[in-house]
Order: sequence, then structure tokens, then C-alpha cells
Amino acid sequence: MPIILNNLWIIPLLPLAGAAVNGLLGKQWPQSRVNAVGISSVSLTFLAVIELAREFLALPADQIPWVRSYAPWMVAGNFRADFNFQVDQLTLVMLGVVAGVGLLIHIYSTGYMAHEGGYYRFFSYLNLFMFFMLTLVMAGNLVLMFVGWEGVGLCSYLLIGFWFLRKSAADAGKKAFIVTRIGDVGFTIGILLVFWTFGSVNFSEIFKQASGMPIESVSQIGTLTTICLLLFAGAIGKSAQLPLYVWLPDAMEGPTPVSALIHAATMVTAGVYMVARMHILYSHAPLAMLVVAIVGAVTAFYSATIGLVQTDIKKVLAYSTVSQLGYMFLGCGVGAYAAGIFHLMTHAFFKGLLFLAAGSVIHAMGGEQDMRNMGGLRKKIPITYWTMFAATLAIAGVPLFSGFFSKEAILDAAKDGPYANLYLWTLGILGALLTAFYMFRLLFLTFFGEQRYDEHKVHVHESPKNMTVPLILLAILAVGGGWFAAPTMLGGPNHFENFLRPVFETGAPAAASALAENAGGPETGGNALLKSLAAPGVIVALIGFLTAWWFYIRRPDLPKKLAQIMHGLYELVLNKYYVDEVYLALIVRPLLWLSTNVFWHAVDERVIDGAVNGVGRGARELGGELRQVQSGNARSYATWVVIGAVGVTVLVLGVWGMVR
Amino acid sequence: MTLPLILFFVFAGLAVLGALLMIFLREPIHSALALILVMVALAALYLLLGAEFIAAVQIIVYAGAVMVLFVFVIMLLNAGEEERTNLSKLAHYVGWPLGIFLTVELVYWMSRATIGARVTTPTIAPGDPTRDLSMLLFKSYLFPFEITSILILIALLGALVLAKRDS
Amino acid sequence: MSEIPISYFLVLSAILFGLGVLAFVFKRNIITIFMAIELMLNAVNLAFVAFDRAHGAAHDGWVFVFFVIVVAATEAAVGLAIAITVVHNRQSLNIERVNLLKF
Repeated sequence: MPIILNNLWIIPLLPLAGAAVNGLLGKQWPQSRVNAVGISSVSLTFLAVIELAREFLALPADQIPWVRSYAPWMVAGNFRADFNFQVDQLTLVMLGVVAGVGLLIHIYSTGYMAHEGGYYRFFSYLNLFMFFMLTLVMAGNLVLMFVGWEGVGLCSYLLIGFWFLRKSAADAGKKAFIVTRIGDVGFTIGILLVFWTFGSVNFSEIFKQASGMPIESVSQIGTLTTICLLLFAGAIGKSAQLPLYVWLPDAMEGPTPVSALIHAATMVTAGVYMVARMHILYSHAPLAMLVVAIVGAVTAFYSATIGLVQTDIKKVLAYSTVSQLGYMFLGCGVGAYAAGIFHLMTHAFFKGLLFLAAGSVIHAMGGEQDMRNMGGLRKKIPITYWTMFAATLAIAGVPLFSGFFSKEAILDAAKDGPYANLYLWTLGILGALLTAFYMFRLLFLTFFGEQRYDEHKVHVHESPKNMTVPLILLAILAVGGGWFAAPTMLGGPNHFENFLRPVFETGAPAAASALAENAGGPETGGNALLKSLAAPGVIVALIGFLTAWWFYIRRPDLPKKLAQIMHGLYELVLNKYYVDEVYLALIVRPLLWLSTNVFWHAVDERVIDGAVNGVGRGARELGGELRQVQSGNARSYATWVVIGAVGVTVLVLGVWGMVR
Repeated sequence: MTLPLILFFVFAGLAVLGALLMIFLREPIHSALALILVMVALAALYLLLGAEFIAAVQIIVYAGAVMVLFVFVIMLLNAGEEERTNLSKLAHYVGWPLGIFLTVELVYWMSRATIGARVTTPTIAPGDPTRDLSMLLFKSYLFPFEITSILILIALLGALVLAKRDS
Repeated sequence: MSEIPISYFLVLSAILFGLGVLAFVFKRNIITIFMAIELMLNAVNLAFVAFDRAHGAAHDGWVFVFFVIVVAATEAAVGLAIAITVVHNRQSLNIERVNLLKF
């Protein structure tokens, strides 16, 4: 009797209960009790996910996707949105990432936030985030997914602005929420259009109808293309792509576990998940796929350039996240949805690890985040160092680590797949080069070289166990997580692709499924391995590593000299191409002016208040006039009587002309 | 020009004269006497219309009791000549035209009334009108009759209470 | 015999009524105003009697006249009592002096 499958609501509701308990009751509790509630709720969720996986794998194929509806929500005419949850292979992968990495980060937070005020609030928000993210991932219709979408945005705002007494943090929270909102406008319109086109917002019905529709041409913008582009607009905001990425670097104002969980592993990947979930629609709208791929590739390269020169350790990782998300979208845009999701998973491992390790460094340095004030930490905080090193190898795409397999899959599809585009592939390769460079730069600046801080002011110490154990676990995943797909190289099937094949093949047009087929096909063992080792991706990773080694280990004076020579370009990139300033001047200021002068002063004060107050004033003035009738003089009253009498007489008899 | 018609014009003229006197004489006691003139003239007109009982009641009750009451009160209050105040602007400007308009309108319509184009004869109506009246009063209109007596009782008490001086 | 059209009586009634209204509006003495009201009632009585004569044998019109006279008498009694009280309070017979109940 499948327990979880029949009670899917357990999975999101456990963290919600944790959030409620901690939020409402936790203010006076000791940290241990807050921990107990917050960690146990997520642990139970994780166990539930494991049990779900076990039950799911025992299901016969015709019952997948498994959809259960738990309560009706909105019913209006033909429109129906229920609380229904859907489980298929894609859902399972996402659940594993969210619950697993989420649990590790929760445990880490007990150590990182131990000396912070508002401890109970932090865990309440974190659990609330888990609730919304799980809802998003398990939703069976677009509206419920949007609930989760907005909810994670809310939690992101709450957590970025956790130290709300600091103006920069509060502003960053607002910025994140507002910028993603802009994308969400497109998303909402997209949902409306979906309902209008398909008559339903449930995934099962949409996909059934869409698979029968013809593939739209690239030159014309048809309905499906419009829908896909609108939904992607939401993804651009949520997943911080060009031009709506500006909130993510600012989001580093929040505590580091928040950056790890929300802005690396889970929330920002919601956009990728959405595109993958709606892959049937995208496959029927090649123009939309092209847009997705272009946006992804350009963002990947652009953001990597900014990350080259940043000095704050978290900002480097932030721009790196934007860049890697670009890769995921590139993967989806060229039809390799499974590869995109795979990169999502490996990214959760290594980027989550990178952020947590950075947090460990910051914790060790007593709050210092500027890499120019670090150096030589290798021997002092070894666990942090080795785990971070593993993550760096993964993200750079060094062979046999997880990042290598996922990045190669994407770049392969960009080069050779049915939707291949060499320009985009070139951007991807260049981005990989820059990624390797700046990641090793980060590693070298932080852990190698001479000590650039004052020993007496900063007591560098390794982090406690509740922080280092998650680091180690994530490092294992970052190293070994790629072997789901690895066996291709060695002649075995690509487990990951095969696992997700039922999701990405049903209903998809021929080209996309051909890709899924080819990716899963076995190749002859040793040859394939050698071929992949000589792939362009590996070569650029090597180049990046060597360049970083030269600049930061061998000749540490070089970076400064180069910055002086290319002063203008350096300043431009250091200031993130002044994009924030441009937005401020072009969009924010005019909008604020409009709100203040037009909507506030003119409309609200003069028109609305004027009308309302005017009615009051008019009534008072009318009353003032009318009361003059009460003169107290009986003769006037008598006259009024006569007036009335005359009036009645005239009414009854007529003035001159009425004949009786 | 028959006798009834002449009589009518005489008494009608007296009535109108009395009304005008009532308006234009300044002492209230003079106005009261003018009103008595009006009532007596009206009583004569009732007789012309064959309503003997009503004419008698008019003289006895109206002219004989009500107007006497008025005269008593005027004398009691020592009402002198009227002050010429004119505080109400409304009455001063609007009252005149309206009053005249009302009069003219009513006169106009009354003059066009075709009801009773049947005319009156000056002889007393056939039958016993007083007996008929009493029949009506004590049969069909008994209830209002009795209520009226209660009304008079109430008025009596009210007048008593109101006019009593606090001793 | 000769005949007087009923409408003559009605016209007279209208004239008397109108004069009563004018007196009501223009006179300032309380007692005089009451007398104007009595004039109006008399004019109405005349109209009733005239109509009664026009309607043949039934004498319902006279019943109404009867009641009008009774009620007018009653009203005169009570009204004059009120007038006395007012005059005692305000020491003046001018109704324009009775003006405390204003805005």
C-alpha cells in the first residue's frame, strides 16, 4: 500500500508545520529546541522523499505521471485549478535535490547562525521556503506552480533582508522581489494564454493537447511561441538571466546559507525546472527554444566576465551562479533537457558547497569577505580548503568530476545536437574558460599566497562539526555525482538520461526525442573516454587553470599591472558594466517621479481626496444653506404653507389650460 | 334681475366688504367686528340656499359663541394697534403675489364649474330638511358625532390647563 | 322664480378664501391671524352648502358643515388659550416676536 504516493501532501506540509511552530512559538525558545523543530521537519521530508522514490520506482509505467488531486481550489466556469500534485521522474530528481541539499544546508545553518539574533525567525523562514519550493516542484498545474513560484520569491525577500536593520540588506530584499516580479508579469500573462489556448491549466491536459499540435515555424510568432516566451520571461526574472539578473549579486547581503540554498541550489533553478517541465510546448516552438538558448549562452559569457575581477568572495560566486544558470538554459534551448537538469543537479552540489565553504571561510575570518584581505588559509582551515578545492574542480569542468559530465553534455548538444548552433557553442566554450580562470583565482587568492591579514586581529579557526560535515557530504556528491551519466564514456548507458527519458520523450516531436535517444546510446568504451578527454571543454579548463596559476601564484604582481594597463576596461567590468546605474537612471528614477508627482499628488491628493472631501464639504455647505429656512419667524412659515397650497392647487387644477 | 339674485349680490357684497375690512382695519377689535359681519352675511346666504338649520347654527355658534370668545380674549389681552414690523422677507415679497395668484386661480376655476348648472331656487327645499339632517347625524354619522363630543371635552381640558395662570 | 347659478356661490367662496389667505400671510397680530383662519373655514362652509344644494335630496354636505363648525369652535378655544400663554411669555402680541426656535 503506497503510503506517500497516496498522501503526497505530507511532503510540502511538514516544513510548513515546522515554519509555523518555529515562527509562532520559537521566540522564547532556546536554540536547541528551534533546531529540533526546524531540522526534524526537513529530515522527515527527506525521508518521505526517499520513501516516495522507493514507491515510485515500483510503479508500472502506465501510472506515470502519477497525479493526485487533494482539494478543489478555484472553479469558475471552465477554469479549474486544484491542489493537485504530480510525480514523475523529473519531479523525483528535483525533490531529491531540494530535500537533500536543503537538509544539509539546514544542518549547516545551526552552526553558521549560532551567534546571530533572530535565530528562530531564520529557521522559520527557511522551512517556509522549503514548503514553497516543494509545492513548486510537485505542482500538477501552472497555477499551483505559480503559488510556489511567488512563495519562494517571498521567502527570498524575507531571507535576503534577514538583517533588516541594515539598509543595504533591506534594499537588496526589495530589489530581488521587485525585479523578479517584473518577470512574473510575463509569467502570469503566459498562464492566461495557456488557459485560453488549451482550456485548462493542468499539465496532463496541456501536454496531451500540445503534442498533437503542429510545430510552429521560426519566422512567425504563433500562439505556442508566445506562450513559451512569456513563461520564459518569468524564468528570466526568477533565474537571474539577462536583463533581470541584477538582483542576484545584491542578494549576497543575506546570510551565506541563504545564498547557498536559495540562490544557488534551488530557487534560481525554478526557471530551468519550468522550462524542462514545459518542454513539450518548447519543442513545438523552435523560435522560443532559440531565444532561451541565446539568452542562456549570452548570460553565461557576460556574467563570467564580471566575475573575473570581483573582490568579494560571495560576489564572485553570485556571478558564477548567474553564469551557470545560463548554461542550464543553453542546454534546454538546444533540446538537451536532460542535460540541463543534470547540470542543475550537479550545480546544486558544487555551488551549494562553494557557498557553504565560503561561509566557512567568512566564519573563520570573523566576518571578512574581501579576498584581498585573505591569503594563505590552506593550512589553517584544511577541511574547508579541501572541500572547496573539490568544488572548484567540479565547476571548472575537470574530467571525472560531476561538473565535467554535465557541462560536456550541454556543450555537446550545442555543437552536434539537432538544434545545434556554433555561435552559442563558442560562447559556451569561452564561458567555460573564464569560469575555470575565476574559480581558481578565487581559490588561490583565498587559500594560497601570503597572509594579507593581521594575525592578532583575526583568529582563524576551523568551523564546528555541524558546518564541516555537510561540506564533506556535498564534496562527495560534487565529486561522484557525475557518475549517473558517466558510463556513456565507458560504454554503459547514461542512467540519468534514461531515467528522465519517459519525461522528455512522450509528446515531444521527433528531433528532440532523437537527441534523447542518441545521448543514451552506448559508445565503444575506451575510444569514447579518450575522445571526451580531448574535448574543447577540457582544454579550456586547463588553459583557465594555468592562466590563474600564472597570475596568482607565480607572478602575483601581474594582475595589478594588467589592471593599470587596461584601466578603462578594468573599471568597466569591475563596476559590472554600470548596469545598475543605467537601470536606476532609465527606469527607477522616472518611475519614482511618476509615482510621486502624478499618482500621489495629482491623482490621489487632488482627484480622489478632492472628490471625497468635496462631497463632505458640499453636504455641509448645502446644509448650511438649507438651515436658513428655519428663521424662527412664523410668517415665513405661513408663507411656505401658502406656497405649498398653491403648488397643490396648480398641480390639481392646472394653471390655465386644464379642462375638467 | 330677480329678487333672489339681488339678495345674493347684497349679501355677497357685505361678506366681501367684511373680509376686506377685516384685513385693512388695524385694531383687532375692529377686525373681529368685521368678521362678525361676514358671518351674518354668510348666514343669510345659507338661507338663500335653503339651509335653515345651518344658518341658525352659524349665527348661534359661530357668530354668537366663537366670535364672542375672540372678543373676550382681545379685551383680556388688551390688544392694541398692531405694530408695523416686517421681519420676514419671504412673506413680504412672496406672500403678496402668491396670495393674489391663489385667489385668481380659484375664482377662475370656480367660475367654470359646471356642476349644479342646475340652479338654486330660493324656496325652501321639499321635505323636512332639518329632520333629514338629524336622521343622517344620528344614524350614518353617529360615530363621528360621538367622537366630536370627546374632542370638545379634550379641548375644554386643554384650554383650561393652558390658560391657567400659575398661582 | 329666478335662479342663481351655483357657481356664483363658489366664486364668492373662492374670493373669501383668498382674502383669508392674504390676511393670514400679512397680519401680525396673533388674534387676527386666528380670525383669518376662521374666515377661511367659513368660505369652505359656504362651498359645502352650495355643493350640497347642487346634489339633490341627500344632505350629507350639511353634516360636514356641522362638523366643521364644531371643530372650528374647538380649535378656536384651544388656539386662543395658547395665544394667551404666548402673550404672557413674550409680552407682545406680534408673532414676529415669537422667534426663539430658529437655527
